Amino acid sequence: MRLIINGEPETTAATTLSQLLAALDYEGEWLATAVNGELIHREDRDDHLLNDNDRIEILTPMQGG
Amino acid sequence: MLDLYGSQIGSRLLLGTARYPSPVVLAEAVKRSGTEIVTVSLRRETAGGRNGGAFFDMIRALGVRVLPNTAGCHGVSEAVLTAKMAREVFQTNWIKLEVIGNHDTLQPDVFALVEATRILAGDGFEVFPYTTDDLVVAERLLEAGCKVLMPWCAPIGTAAGPLNLSALRSMRAHFPEVPLIVDAGIGRPSHAMTVMELGFDAVLLNTAVAGAGDPAGMAEAFAKAIEAGRQAFGAGMLEPRDMAVPSTPVIGKAVFA
Repeated sequence: MRLIINGEPETTAATTLSQLLAALDYEGEWLATAVNGELIHREDRDDHLLNDNDRIEILTPMQGG
Repeated sequence: MLDLYGSQIGSRLLLGTARYPSPVVLAEAVKRSGTEIVTVSLRRETAGGRNGGAFFDMIRALGVRVLPNTAGCHGVSEAVLTAKMAREVFQTNWIKLEVIGNHDTLQPDVFALVEATRILAGDGFEVFPYTTDDLVVAERLLEAGCKVLMPWCAPIGTAAGPLNLSALRSMRAHFPEVPLIVDAGIGRPSHAMTVMELGFDAVLLNTAVAGAGDPAGMAEAFAKAIEAGRQAFGAGMLEPRDMAVPSTPVIGKAVFA
């Protein structure tokens, strides 16, 4: 399916958010994920089914003021 | 001690983690500053989260509290979602809430700020709002659930120092019990000391330290200035007057012819 991941169009075979993170080689407990403007908690990623044209945000800690 | 949402904090300097020449320099500046709180952000990255992970590991190794920010957010929903994502990562209810309203001045959109504060406070967040020095906005933020206020003293990154001392003085007088942290616009230690002499409770800095020739040395200089300003406020300063007053007693002065 087609997704918008961190603002970029991507095509993936993943069907859940967890599968998507694995396919993109994202790892670690410091990730935050949102789908279509809604936070998806870490413990809900296995069960969160993706749909065509979903907008995914994957954020990590960075320097900030 | 400084009481921030029930946490007792020893240092009155909060330090940002952006724009340092290297992680080593950042770590040294944090150490020399004596700060107990650093601000961090959340961003997209392409390295599978590994850059963020390495940064987060470094911050955790410093043993300081993390105050996540919503820097760069321009609307209520964006700021609220970013705050929730920050809580997911950093496991804290603290959030430095920034909702920017103007690209040139990075002035907060105070209307969106109040609305986002209301939503987040209702969701259990402890909000540190980056706001202006406007008293009415401050009142609204307190009504919305803030127990700390963080007025700017000049636009972010300008190093201009306190541009409106009268407004900052009024804010202190109007909210004697509310922790007030000056956020944004401080350029040099004397600026920090000035706002501490006004009775502010703390100062949040980033660029003035990160952009210094010797960030760690500057961090320590700021720590000393902030402590001196606080001590001076507590000790009670003289008010300026127009006419001279001799400091040496006149009584007993010799009269020569």
